[in-house]
Amino acid sequence: MPAPASSDGTDAPRERAVGVPMLEMRGITKRFPGVVANDRVDFDVHAGEVHSLLGENGAGKTTLMRILYGLYQPDEGEIRLEDGPVRIPSPSVAIHHGIGMIHQHFMLVPTLTVAENVALGLPSSRRPLTDLDRVGARIRELAETYGLRLEPEAYVWQLAVGERQRVEIMKALYRNASLLVLDEPTAVLTPQEVEDLFSTFRQLVEAGRGLVFISHKIHEVLSLSDRITVLRNGRTVGTVKPNATTRGELARMMVGRDVEGGKEHPPVEAGDPRLSITGLTVAGDRGNEAVRGLDIEVRGGEIVGIAGVSGNGQRELAEAIAGLRPVAAGSIRLDGAEVAGRSPAQVRDKGLAFVPEERMRDGLIGDFTVAENLMLTDHRDPRFASRGFLRFRAIRRHCADLVSRFDVRTPSLETHGRNLSGGNIQKLILARELSGKPRVLLVAQPTRGVDVGATEYIHDRLIEQRGRGTAILIISEDLDEVMALSDRIAVMYEGTVIGLVDRPRATRDGLGLMMAGVPPDRALG
Amino acid sequence: MRVFSIGLVISGIHLSMPLLFAAYGGLVSERSGVINIALEGMMLFGAFLGVAVTFWTGSPWLGLAAGVGLGILLGALHGLLSITVRADQIVSATAINLLALGVTAALIPTIWGQPGVSPTVARIPPVVLPGLSDLPLVGEIFAELSILDYVGFLMVPVAFYVLYRTPLGLRLRACGEVPEAAASTGVDVIRTRYLAVLTSGALAALGGVYLSLVQVGLFQRGMTQGRGFIALAAMIFGKWRPLPILAASLLLGFADAFQFRAQAVGLPLPHDLLLALPYLVALVALATFIGRATAPGAIGKPYVKD
Repeated sequence: MPAPASSDGTDAPRERAVGVPMLEMRGITKRFPGVVANDRVDFDVHAGEVHSLLGENGAGKTTLMRILYGLYQPDEGEIRLEDGPVRIPSPSVAIHHGIGMIHQHFMLVPTLTVAENVALGLPSSRRPLTDLDRVGARIRELAETYGLRLEPEAYVWQLAVGERQRVEIMKALYRNASLLVLDEPTAVLTPQEVEDLFSTFRQLVEAGRGLVFISHKIHEVLSLSDRITVLRNGRTVGTVKPNATTRGELARMMVGRDVEGGKEHPPVEAGDPRLSITGLTVAGDRGNEAVRGLDIEVRGGEIVGIAGVSGNGQRELAEAIAGLRPVAAGSIRLDGAEVAGRSPAQVRDKGLAFVPEERMRDGLIGDFTVAENLMLTDHRDPRFASRGFLRFRAIRRHCADLVSRFDVRTPSLETHGRNLSGGNIQKLILARELSGKPRVLLVAQPTRGVDVGATEYIHDRLIEQRGRGTAILIISEDLDEVMALSDRIAVMYEGTVIGLVDRPRATRDGLGLMMAGVPPDRALG
Repeated sequence: MRVFSIGLVISGIHLSMPLLFAAYGGLVSERSGVINIALEGMMLFGAFLGVAVTFWTGSPWLGLAAGVGLGILLGALHGLLSITVRADQIVSATAINLLALGVTAALIPTIWGQPGVSPTVARIPPVVLPGLSDLPLVGEIFAELSILDYVGFLMVPVAFYVLYRTPLGLRLRACGEVPEAAASTGVDVIRTRYLAVLTSGALAALGGVYLSLVQVGLFQRGMTQGRGFIALAAMIFGKWRPLPILAASLLLGFADAFQFRAQAVGLPLPHDLLLALPYLVALVALATFIGRATAPGAIGKPYVKD
């Protein structure tokens, strides 16, 4: 199955892959306790090409690039640059060799300006003082050349996610990186922003730079790459050219089996409104109005998906509904009962279940066992506690049942929560939340950082719950996910619902425009 | 004698200066991401060794150097525990505070043969700047200022410039906010934090030396009387920023000066209430302090390189 990795193709439009590659990684092996993250991986990049690394979460893409950037040391294998073999013990050595990395989680200091973030770690031309004015001027130049709109004096905390990403790219360009590694750069962008980003990438490649694009999104990899290398479980599955492969083949290479795509959900007659939110206003952490006069309604047996670029009030909305954040104005009704301003326990008593966005921080307690985590919401239930004591036999039986019903892969009920994988943690939380037979289910980022197998499973359970008549509100930054699950899709922009469309009328482009703030009458044309 | 007079200003400056040094010590350390509640212990050690060395050598300048040197060593100890060993920074600092109180008290009789207090030693004298001290009204103030007072006031713009206008300051602030981001651009987080904690120890000890060698010229058991913690309050009230910290230190120092003079003049206020005044001001300042998220983002979190 693996196609030859070398440069034999003559039909690719931007084929320049001749001569010595600018980067060659050979036989890279990296072991972590209990897992081989990279197993004899080969990878190379030529000047003027985009070579993508495609694979699921945990396939070893990020590990490989962290080795290249000097953040990890390989156990075996060799890294060669144009001038021969190199050892890269730290990021500063990588930077010195012209390698730039744009991390999936931005490596920016929010309290500093754009120029300060770019200048950080670099010598100043005006020692002992900083030369931020010169840095700013150079940033403007580079921004002009590559179409990266940036204001050097702006503070990073003021910037939207897309702009922050441009700061990361600017950092690498400013350091004159000839090889750029981009780790999942599109995860937080609207489809239109992705297009802008890709056109910047194409300019960079035209200018003779090499690009490594890490992603698990097949359509993006196909549209951008000159070559695609697929990793699975730490091994190279193969290297292919985009015009010599298909989506289906890439998916098979990634997952190791056929993946079902775009299932049709059985229609469910939507019932009475279970969750009605009107005129909701919620303050954000900085005292701003994160949610502004928002209205939304979810009926029994329907899934409403909220799409939007992160930071448009989704987190604050979820926390307000769950009773975790004060409500400044407006009403939240669960089955007609007002719950705005009530405590989380009171809201739960009314029938709300909540799967939070930051599952490691808000969804479970890492140092608690699987069983203890499953009991977090039920410890007052007379079935499991009487006269002030926990009833361990009943708890064990209940937890063992949940773990098997929800396919939580854990060595035992006594395993600590933090030792489970992202997908299993999410299944554990879902098991706990659904065990209370909720009237309304609120799920934030259902499958972020979750592997394909667990994602399918979680989606199936959500659809099943919809079939039981639960009103489900899903908040997700993954537009594909929102489109796959929802009956109606609301787009959140600057704290309000800018548009609400039925699933059959929704298109990627239309939703993308609304995510960028274009009102629905124009976005849906 | 009146409460409000030139004397109040002089004594206010003298009482603010130890707070200012220590608070800047806290500023430097905490901006790099290391909590330093050991300011109190570092001050006390500095005050003690300053007097001891002055006693042995007769030179307050050697005393000053020794006190500051000990502060740097204590900074290294706090750094070793909180940066390298990654112990809890509060526990590490509390250990230094307890150590300071015990060790200095125990050594007083060993060195001076009497418990509780040392004999008087030579003080760091005021600098007489011809012209300035002859000015009407304010001349009286200048006549009372020592070189350390000038160092203290000069420290404010220097700290401001280093923190906000040099690459070093940029690296320091980045290490205190998002050390991972600093490291990814090649900044040595560990080294930067050590540098900050050593400086912090030196400044806190300087505050202590000021207390013992400028103000009184002797060492007394527990003579800092919680000034390290008051300095911490000044730093927090000043939102970890140089200029507001200057203002906060002056406010608390002048509250102390007012208290002393009010007692001396015999204002009809209860003695205990007057004694508590600087602490009450600190408490009210902290309690009414508005805006929470001003502490450096990574404060108190050890940096772990993967």
